[in-house]
Amino acid sequence: MLRRLIERMRGLRQAAPHLLRPANVNADRAKISIAQLDHHYANKVVALKDVNLNVRSGEFVCLLGPSGCGKSTLLYALAGHVAPTGGSVAIDGKPIHGPGPDRLLMFQEAALFPWLTVRGNITFALAARGVPRAERRERADTFIQRVRLEGFADTLPHELSGGMKMRASLARALAVDPTVLLMDEPFGALDAQTRVHMQEMLQAIWLRSGKTVVFVTHDVQEALMLGTRVVLMAPRPGRVVEDLEIHLPMPRSLEDPSLDAMARDIRHRLRASEGAALEAPPAEPLSRRTRTPSSMPRTSIVTGR
Amino acid sequence: MLKWAQKLGMIALLFALWEVLSRSGIWNKHLFPGPLEVVQALIAMARDGQLGGATLRSLGRLMRAYLISVAIGVPLGLLIARLAFFRNAVKPVVMGLQALPSICWLPLALLWFGLNDSAILFVVVMGSVLGISIATEDAVNGLDPQLARVARTLGVRGLRFYFGVLLPGALPGIVTGLKLGWSFAWRALLAGELLFVSGGLGQLLTMGRELMDVSQVMAVMLAIILIGITVDRVLFQTVETRLRRRWGLTA
Repeated sequence: MLRRLIERMRGLRQAAPHLLRPANVNADRAKISIAQLDHHYANKVVALKDVNLNVRSGEFVCLLGPSGCGKSTLLYALAGHVAPTGGSVAIDGKPIHGPGPDRLLMFQEAALFPWLTVRGNITFALAARGVPRAERRERADTFIQRVRLEGFADTLPHELSGGMKMRASLARALAVDPTVLLMDEPFGALDAQTRVHMQEMLQAIWLRSGKTVVFVTHDVQEALMLGTRVVLMAPRPGRVVEDLEIHLPMPRSLEDPSLDAMARDIRHRLRASEGAALEAPPAEPLSRRTRTPSSMPRTSIVTGR
Repeated sequence: MLKWAQKLGMIALLFALWEVLSRSGIWNKHLFPGPLEVVQALIAMARDGQLGGATLRSLGRLMRAYLISVAIGVPLGLLIARLAFFRNAVKPVVMGLQALPSICWLPLALLWFGLNDSAILFVVVMGSVLGISIATEDAVNGLDPQLARVARTLGVRGLRFYFGVLLPGALPGIVTGLKLGWSFAWRALLAGELLFVSGGLGQLLTMGRELMDVSQVMAVMLAIILIGITVDRVLFQTVETRLRRRWGLTA
């Protein structure tokens, strides 16, 4: 049985090898360069260990991995909200010290200011970025249109649905026009239907804007649907295990069968990396784990579904 | 509708019970007048301008003291919430003084300011400023961390952060604190007015006692209750409800 499973895996891996190729980005040409990044929290938990990653301008990079793999920590280090304990993070060759106007972080929650209308949220952000008063309203309305929230400009956040809130949040992020957009599982709290709509909208907007996006997710399909690159990460300690370029033309559809083939490949790779992680630290008793054969699919850890 | 019927029914019942007790003759009639006499006394006082004058005087004082309290209390609460020095050094003092009932400041106030309005203002301010600052601190500390983070990534800093994020974010909590502060101030004011010649509602109570006019005493008590409810329900409740609705805090 085990052999059959392995054979099946192998067959699947061959189905999409030309679509996933190892990424090789030179640090000199990178928009974002992360070198030998280490981070451990005050409680000595090693969140990141020796992470190296270069991102070109205009790429859409998905950080993919199970919880605890440090993908969010990496994103927060890029945003400047977390000061890493070792290594360097630079954008356009300049090291990051705290948040800056070139980057914007989006969260799983829409994080709109509840006392401001949709338009008010955007104009407030524009004011903080020093956009002249005369331009703010027009620019806000442009982006409200772009996320298809026409007619809701004067609506308060609590009167919007979850997906609409996220769209308003996206409009706010796009309006301040950062060159790098950092997204921390922005669609994780949405229902499946809304999530698909948001993914399609984000892809259309990204294709048009040419922004550099770093997108954290634990949803394999989502990463493959959106990314030009997918960076697989593994926990304990948080690290990058594979860095793959996705050679599939955009715009993509979730129904594309090659996406499924790639997803199986990715899940296999993630499982393999996790298996390695489980064997690595012998500190914990193994008895608990031996009950689950390592060949059994553990998709739930990866996809959350 | 039912709620109002119950409310009014309960009040009517209480008044009826009061009238019955007063008429039953258990207590001397002039020591325990019925609601009709009390309301008559209230109307009489309102007619000859006594009540209106005293109310204006008391409320004028209250407004002045309250504004001072808010002007000091809210910034103080903000400082305690935001600056380590204030949190470490000033907060324990505020908490300590809060343990002192506000009327205990009156002897000191009389010695410092003499027998005048300033003494009462001082007592009222001491009665409400600490409560307001503690409530403000609480509200500011309770700011949704998500909003603080998004403000950071949007580059909202300095005054824009204080007036655009921190204060509006804490506003529902601050308003609750202001309401609390108002009721503290109202109590402190009447306690202060009772204790020396002041020309306010408190003095009207004292006068009623000195003239052995129980109807007047009860009438003034009724007026104080009515004013208290009016300000609390009409003013603060309305503001609070609207604010919570706009902030999306109510279902």
